[in-house]
Amino acid sequence: MNFLPVFLWTDLLLFLLLAVCAAYARHAARHAHLRAPWERVRQNPVGMASATLLAVFALIGVLDSLHYRPALETKPGAAGKTQYSVEVRSVLDLLAQSVLGPMAGKSEKTYSAPLATHGFSREAREVTDAAGVVRTLRDYPRLVNGGAHLADPARERNADIAVHAARGLALGFMVWLALALAILAATEGGGASSLGQAWRAAWSGEGARPWRAILLTLLAICLFAGIAATLGSRYHLFGTDKVGQDVLYLALKSVRTALMIGTLTTLVMLPLGVLLGIAAGYFGGWVDDLIQYVYTTLNSIPGVLLIAAAVLIMQVTIEANPAWFQTAVERADFRLLCLCVILGVMSWTGLCRLMRGETLKLRELEYVQAARAFGVSRLAIVVRHILPNVMHLVIISAVMDFSGMVLTEAVLSYVGVGVDPSMTSFGSMINAARLEMSREPMVWWSLAAAFFFMLSLVLAANLFADAVRDAFDPRLVAQGRRRPLRQAREA
Amino acid sequence: MTAYLIRRLFYAVLILIGVNLITFWLFFKINTPDDIARMQLGAKRVTADAIAKWKAERGYDKPLVYNAAAQGAKRFTDTIYFEKSAAMFLLDFGRADDGRDIWHEIRTRAGPSLAVQLPVFIVGLGLNISFALLLALFRATRFDFASQVFLVAMMSISSLFFIIAGQYVFSKLWHLVPISGYASGLDSFRFLVLPVAIGVFTSLGGATRLYRTIFLEEMGRDYVRTARAKGMSELVVLFRHVLKNGMIPILTGVVVVIPGLFIGSLLTESFFGIPGLGSYTIEAIQAQDFGVVRSMVFIGSVLYIIGLVLTDISYTLVDPRVRLPG
Repeated sequence: MNFLPVFLWTDLLLFLLLAVCAAYARHAARHAHLRAPWERVRQNPVGMASATLLAVFALIGVLDSLHYRPALETKPGAAGKTQYSVEVRSVLDLLAQSVLGPMAGKSEKTYSAPLATHGFSREAREVTDAAGVVRTLRDYPRLVNGGAHLADPARERNADIAVHAARGLALGFMVWLALALAILAATEGGGASSLGQAWRAAWSGEGARPWRAILLTLLAICLFAGIAATLGSRYHLFGTDKVGQDVLYLALKSVRTALMIGTLTTLVMLPLGVLLGIAAGYFGGWVDDLIQYVYTTLNSIPGVLLIAAAVLIMQVTIEANPAWFQTAVERADFRLLCLCVILGVMSWTGLCRLMRGETLKLRELEYVQAARAFGVSRLAIVVRHILPNVMHLVIISAVMDFSGMVLTEAVLSYVGVGVDPSMTSFGSMINAARLEMSREPMVWWSLAAAFFFMLSLVLAANLFADAVRDAFDPRLVAQGRRRPLRQAREA
Repeated sequence: MTAYLIRRLFYAVLILIGVNLITFWLFFKINTPDDIARMQLGAKRVTADAIAKWKAERGYDKPLVYNAAAQGAKRFTDTIYFEKSAAMFLLDFGRADDGRDIWHEIRTRAGPSLAVQLPVFIVGLGLNISFALLLALFRATRFDFASQVFLVAMMSISSLFFIIAGQYVFSKLWHLVPISGYASGLDSFRFLVLPVAIGVFTSLGGATRLYRTIFLEEMGRDYVRTARAKGMSELVVLFRHVLKNGMIPILTGVVVVIPGLFIGSLLTESFFGIPGLGSYTIEAIQAQDFGVVRSMVFIGSVLYIIGLVLTDISYTLVDPRVRLPG
C-alpha cells in the first residue's frame, strides 16, 4: 500500500454526522408527514439554489476530510516496513495538486497580486552587464510559478489570460451541460418522454422541482471552477499570501474548517439542548428548576469571554501534554474539536429554552394525557409523543445556527482564541490580511478571497435556513395557506 | 410586586454564586496555577523555584479552598478561593499582571465603552424599528423583496469586513475621520462617528428582519382587521395599533442588553483603539492575563443579571396585561 489512511477525530465525527443525516433521510423518505415539509423545501427555488451551493461546499469539505499519509520512497531491495511521511494530506490536496499543478500550496516567496507574473515588492539581485561588471539591481522578481510559461510577460500576459479565461469558461460550460443533462435524465427521465422535453420543461419552470434555479447556480459554479482550473494552473488566481501560499488554495482549505465548526458544534449542542429541554419541560419540579438554573447561569456569562477562557485553558492542557499527538495536524485537529465542543456547550441554552417551552405546551395536550391515562411509561411518552413533535424546531434551529457559527469562528480567530494557527480558516485569513492594511499599495486579495468564499457559504446557509424554516414552521405554513400576504395587501 | 422583585434578587445572587463557582473551577481546578505559571514563564526555563516565586508574587501559593495549616476562620479565608474568587463580590478584583488595580481600570474604561455602545444602541434601535415598519407597510412588494435580499446579505457578512472596509474607505481613502484613537470630551466625536456608524450598520440585518416578523405577526391579529374594517387608514393602523403592540416584545427584548453596554464591543474597540473595557478584555486574552479575564467574566454576568431583573420590571411597566405573581 502506498498510503496510510489517517482518521482524525473531526473526520470521524463528520462521517458520523453524515451517517446520521443519511439515516434520517431514509427514515423521512418513508413517512409522508416527514416528507411533506422537505417537499416544500424542494419546491422553493431560493432554497434549492442555496442547497446546490451548499452541496458543493460540503463536497469540498468531505474531500478535505479524507486524510492519508503518503508512503516515502523506499530504497530498492531494502526489506522491511514501508515508511510513511509525517505530513498528513487529504484527497482535496491531491485533487488540487493535479488540477492546479505547482500552484497548490506554498509556491512563491512572498506576496504576489492576483494573476501577476512578477513579485509584489522589489528585490535586490546581482546582474552582470555586458562589460562584465557585477551590479546590484532592485526590481520586481519573476514569480517561480505564476505565469512562468510566458517568455515575455509584459507583451503576452493579457492575451494569454484572455485565452485561458475563455477556455476555462468553455470547459465550465461543457461540464455544466453534461452534468445538467445527466441530472435531468436521472430524475425526470421517467416522467417525460424524452430528454429534450425534460430540458424544455426544466427551463420553463414546469418540472417537479425548481430546475431553473438549480441549473443556473450549477452553471455559475461550473464557470468559476472552469476558470479556476485553466487560469489557476498557470497563474495565482487570487494571488499569494505573505509566505507565498496560493490564496485560492488556502480559501478552499478554509471551507473544511468552517464546515466543521458549523456542523460539529451542532452535533454537540443538539443532544444537550433537546434532552435537557424536554426533561425540564416534561418532568417539571426540581428537575426543571435545576436545568433552568444551569442555563441561566451559563447564559449570564458573556459568550466570547467564556469561550476565550475555556480555549485558554484548553491551550494550557495541550501544551502540558505534548505526548498526546503524533503530528502537528493531529494537534491542530484536537484543538478544532475542543473549539467545537466548547462552542456547543456554550450555545445549547437557546435550544434548551425553546424545547422546554414547547414541551410544556405539548404535555398538556389531550393525546399526551390519554397516553398517560393508559399507563404508557414516561420514557415512552417522551420518545413517541413529545420528541417527534418538537423535531421541526430542532431542524430549524440546527440549520439557523450553522451560519452564525461560521461567522463566530472568524471573530474568535481574530481575538486569538480560534483554531490552531497552523490550520487555515477564514478567520486566520482575514486576520493575516488585516495586518497588511497599511501597506502601500494595499494587499487586498486574501481579504477579497476570504470575503468571496465566506459570503457565498454563509449567504447560502442563511437562505437555505430561511427556506427550511418557512417549510417547517407550522405557524408560517398555516399563515401562507390561509392568506397569502400579497392578497392581504391588496385587500 | 415588591415580594416578586425580592425573590428575583435572591435568584440573581444564586446565579452569581454559580458563575463564581464555574469560573473558579475553570481557572483554578481544571487548570492549576502551576500550569499557568509554566505557560507564562515559557516551557524551557521553568524550574520549581521559578514557579513557586511566580505563584508567591501573585498570591497563588495558598491551598484552594481549605487551609489546614491556619487557625479558626482563617482556615477558609486564607485560601485562593476566598481571596481570588469570593472577594469579587466585594468588588475586590486584585491586580492585573502589569500590577495595576483591576477595579480602577474597569471604572476608568467603562466611560469610553459606553460612549461607543450607547449611541450604537439608541441609533440602531431607532433605525431598525423604522426600517422594519417601512417593510411592514410595503410588505410583499418589490421594495420588501429587495430589502429582504439586502438584509440577508448584510447578515451573511462578517462584522470584521464591515470594520475593515469602513476604515479603508472613510479613513484611508477619503481621510474623513482618524483611523483610530480616542479623546475625551467633545473632541471624541470625530473618533466615535465611524465606530458608531459601523456598529449600527452591523446590527441592521438581523434586528430589522426580527422586528419585521414581529410587526407582520401583529398585523395578522384580529384587532388590526377590526381597525381596518372600521375604515381606518393603513398608516393609522400601523402607527396607532401595530407599532404600539409590536413594541412590547421589542422593548422587553432589548432591556436585557442595556447594562451590558458598559462591557463594550471587543472588535470595535480593538480595531479603533478605543480604551474601553472591550479592548481591555481582548488585551488580557492575548496576554493570557487570567486575573483580568476572570474579573471581566464576573462583571459581565453581574450586568446580565441586572438586565434580567430590569426585563422583569419592564414587562410590568409596558404591558398592562402582565401582572407579576406577588
